[in-house]
Amino acid sequence: MLLINCPYCDDALPELEFAYAGEAHIARPADPSKLSDEEWRDFLFIRSNPRGLHAERWRHIHGCGRFFNALRDTVSDRFLTTYPAGQPRPDVTKLEAAE
Amino acid sequence: MNAPVKSFANVSIAVLPPVARLNLRIAPANLAAASAAFGLPLPTKIGQGVVKNGHAAWCLGPDEWLLHAPEAEQAAIVADFAKARTKAPHSLTVISDREFTIAITGPRAQEFLTVACPLDLSRMAPGTAKRTLFDSAQVVLIRDADDAFRIEVWRSFFPHVSELLDIALREFACGL
Repeated sequence: MLLINCPYCDDALPELEFAYAGEAHIARPADPSKLSDEEWRDFLFIRSNPRGLHAERWRHIHGCGRFFNALRDTVSDRFLTTYPAGQPRPDVTKLEAAE
Repeated sequence: MNAPVKSFANVSIAVLPPVARLNLRIAPANLAAASAAFGLPLPTKIGQGVVKNGHAAWCLGPDEWLLHAPEAEQAAIVADFAKARTKAPHSLTVISDREFTIAITGPRAQEFLTVACPLDLSRMAPGTAKRTLFDSAQVVLIRDADDAFRIEVWRSFFPHVSELLDIALREFACGL
């Protein structure tokens, strides 16, 4: 079973306790009424869907209940790191150098 | 018909008598006020528990605690917290009737729980508690000792969890 490290619980816990919640770091526009239809559509629906590293939101729903962000490789399903919501996306080169 | 097995040499399960259960949400900065109202120092690390004078508290999330106390003290505790509300805003919800507590004890209790609990229980220290899943039902799992666990399960999930435990116990008793 996949183990996911919850940054709030500070523990690697079974995947079953978590729920996926879409791509991370998508900020809601401050003033939606100023956006064109295309820009609003892009905010709502258009996602990067990369092959490889993906910053995404997860929720520890059957645990502490918190949302957090994770860097996951969509090919190997490997979690490089997890970090609390609100923090910037970590630098991948530093993470790989540390390993 | 065979009578249902509720215990054998290595594991026994029992539904515990009612207890006052409360769910507390409060900003960690205001935790001292809640500790004073409940009469014990609330733990700050997720999972940790504290038991004192018949009261017990476990930290379930960054700002969430599960409180247990004798049933007769429930109204007094709610009143104590209400007094602290002006200085330390919080939410205190009585969930006594929402859940049943099932005790699982015995030398093989840890192995027994693995039938439906995905956690690595060997890393769970006595005195801690975690919200997790039991099969597909969300529960709070409390470890009182190496060979003693409690499962807090919502009423609506109780028949499912109870049935699973009964089946597992029969299998254990048969030596499967």
